[in-house]
Amino acid sequence: MSESPTVPLTTADGVPLKTSLRRAVRRSKVKAFLLVSPLLLFLVIAFVMPIFDMLWRSVDNPEVSSTLPRTVAALEGWDGESIPGEPVFAALVEDLRVGQEARNLGLLSSRLNYEKSGMRSAISRTARRVGSLEPPYRESLIGLNEAWGELDTWKLIKRESSPYTVSYYLAAVDRQLTPDGEIVKVPEYLQIHATLFWRTFWMSAVITAMTLVLGYPIAFLLANLPLRHSNLLMILVLLPFWTSLLVRTTTWIAILQSQGVLNDMMVAIGVIADEARWQMIHNKLGTIIAMTHILLPFMILPLYSVMKTIPPSYMRAARSLGGRPFLSFRRVYFPLTIPGIAAGGILVFILSIGYYITPALVGGQSGRFITNYIAYHMQTSLNWGLAAAIASILLFVVIVFYWIFNRLIGVDKVKLG
Amino acid sequence: MAVPSYATRGERIWHYVFLGLCGLIFLFLIGPLLIIIPLSFNAEPYFTFSDAMLRLDPAGYSLRWYEDFFTSSAWLNSIKNSFIIGIASTILATVLGTIAALGLSSRHMPARGAIMALLISPMIVPLIISAAAMFFFFSKINLAQTYLGVILAHTALGIPFVVITVTATLSSFDTTLIRAAHSLGANPTRTFFKVVLPLVTPGVVSGALFAFITSFDEVVVVLFISGPEQRTMPIQMWSGIREQISPTILAVATLLVLLSMLLLTTLELLRRRNERLRGMTPG
Repeated sequence: MSESPTVPLTTADGVPLKTSLRRAVRRSKVKAFLLVSPLLLFLVIAFVMPIFDMLWRSVDNPEVSSTLPRTVAALEGWDGESIPGEPVFAALVEDLRVGQEARNLGLLSSRLNYEKSGMRSAISRTARRVGSLEPPYRESLIGLNEAWGELDTWKLIKRESSPYTVSYYLAAVDRQLTPDGEIVKVPEYLQIHATLFWRTFWMSAVITAMTLVLGYPIAFLLANLPLRHSNLLMILVLLPFWTSLLVRTTTWIAILQSQGVLNDMMVAIGVIADEARWQMIHNKLGTIIAMTHILLPFMILPLYSVMKTIPPSYMRAARSLGGRPFLSFRRVYFPLTIPGIAAGGILVFILSIGYYITPALVGGQSGRFITNYIAYHMQTSLNWGLAAAIASILLFVVIVFYWIFNRLIGVDKVKLG
Repeated sequence: MAVPSYATRGERIWHYVFLGLCGLIFLFLIGPLLIIIPLSFNAEPYFTFSDAMLRLDPAGYSLRWYEDFFTSSAWLNSIKNSFIIGIASTILATVLGTIAALGLSSRHMPARGAIMALLISPMIVPLIISAAAMFFFFSKINLAQTYLGVILAHTALGIPFVVITVTATLSSFDTTLIRAAHSLGANPTRTFFKVVLPLVTPGVVSGALFAFITSFDEVVVVLFISGPEQRTMPIQMWSGIREQISPTILAVATLLVLLSMLLLTTLELLRRRNERLRGMTPG
C-alpha cells in the first residue's frame, strides 16, 4: 500500500489526519485547563489578590488628597517659593472643619507625621479650634500653630497630594525625602530597617552554611548505606521535619536558656561556674542554633536525592586510577553533588529570610529578623504602608531566588518526605 | 557502608571518625525532640531536670502538666478550633489540588511551568508576607476574624503540598492501564474508581496529611487574621511561650511529638503500599 505524497492522510471519516489531530490536542488542552481552573481561581482570590493588594498599599497615598481636597485644589498653581496666600488657608480651614466633623483626620495626621514630626499635633490642635477661627485665616492659623508658617509644611502637603508615594519604600531602607525632594538618610538613631535587612541576609547565609556543613555528611551516609539501614536513619531526619515548629522552638528554649538543660549540665560537670552561665538564647546565637536545627532537613533531603543518583563505582574508578581519597572526593564526587548543594542552599536561604516565629521567640533584641519588623509595623506602630513596603522588598528578594531555583532545579522536582 | 578492603589505616580511622560525627549530628537532630518528653513529667514548674528527677525519685515525676492541659478549657477549645480549621481546609485543598493535579499531569496542559510555579508559590512566599497580605485583603471583604477566612487562608497554604504529592504520584502512573480498562469494557467512571483511584490514593492521602499538618502547625497567618474566637492550638502555644511560660507547653509538645511519629508511620506505610502496588519491592 503506497500512498502518493500529494494525497493527505485522512481518518476513516475523511477528515485530514492533521486537522483531526490538532482538534484532539486542542480538546485535551481545554480539558486539562478546565481541571486546573477551579484551583487557579481559588488561589487568585485567596492568595494572589491579597499579595497585589499589599503591593498596591505600599505605594498608595490617599490621605492628603481625600481629606484635604480643597487645599490640594487651591495649591494647584502655587509656585512653592513662599508661604501660600489666603485662599489656600481658607481651603485648609474648610477641609479641617469637614474632617473634624467626619472624625477622619487621624489617618491624615499620622501620614504627615511620618514625613515631618510635629504635624500630628499641628493638625489636631488646629482642627479642635477650627470653628472659632476668624478670617483672615492666614494670620490666625499661623498664630495658632507655627507649622503653618513654615514653607516645608506646604511643600509636604503639595508633594503628598499625589495619589502614589515612594516614601514607604524610602522609609523601608532608612531614607527619606527632604522638603526639596532630595533623598537623604534618616538620622542615625532611626536607622533600623537597613540594619535588619542586612542582618537577616547574613544570618540566613550563616544558617544555610551551617545546615550544609551538618547536612552533607548525613546525606552522604544515608545515600551510601544499604536501603534498609538508611530507611531507618531517614526517620531521624523526617521526625524533626514533621514535628511542629513551635515544639522545636520550645525545646531549644528549654535546652539553651540560662536555667536550662545544657547550662545545668555544664555547671554539674564543672565546665562553667554557676554564676557564669552561658547566654545562648535571646541573641543571635539562639536564633542560629534553633534555625539550623529547624531547617536542617530541608538541606538533607535535596542533597540525599542527588547523592542517591551518583553510582558508587565512580569513586572506586577514581581510586583505581590512583586518586588519593580526598582528591577523588574533591574532583569526582563533590562536583556531582553541586546541584544538590544549590537546591538545598537556595531552599534553606529562602525559608530562612522569611522566618518569623523562631527569631521572635528565641532571638531577643539582637537576633531579630526583618520579618519581626513587618509584624511590628502591622500590630504595634500601625504604619501599614511601611509594613507593606518592607514585605514587598522581602517578597521581591524571595521571588528572585525562587526564580533562580526554578531555573536551576524546577519546582516540580521538589520532593517532600 | 563498609570500609573497602584496600583502605589504608588512615582511611579506616577517618571512616570511624566520620561515623562518630554523623552520630553527633543525628543527636543534634533528634535529641532536642526526645529531651522534652521526660521534662514534661517534671513535678516542679521548671524547664530543666530537677535533682529528684536525676535521682529517678518517683516524687520528682508527675502528670500535673498533662492534667493541666486536659482540664483547661482554653487549651481544649484551641484543639477543637485547630481540628475544625485543619479538617475543613484539608478537604478543600485536597479536592481542589487533586483535580488540578489531574489536569497538570496531562501532556497537553498549556503554560504548565508558569501555572505550577504559581500553585507552589504559597509554600515559597514567607508566611509573614502572606499573613500581612491576607490581613489587608480579608479585612476589606469582611473575612478577617471569621472561621471561613482562616479556613480559606489555610487552604491556600496547603494546596502546594497536595499538588506536589499528587502530581508526583500521577507522573509515575501508567496510562496504558486506563486503555486496558477501557478495552476490557469498563466505562470512564468505573475506570476512575476501580483503576485510577486505588493507585493514586496513597499520593492523595499523603498530600492531605501534609495539608493538615500545615494548617495544624500554622501560627503566623492565624495570628494576623483570626479573632479571639478562632484561637488555635499553635496560637495558644505561641502566647504561652511569650507570656506565661509554664511546663504545660512541654506536655503539649510531647503530645505533638507523638502525633508527628504517628503521622510519619502512616506516611511510611502509605509509601510501602504504593511501591507494592506498582510492583516495586522496598529494599
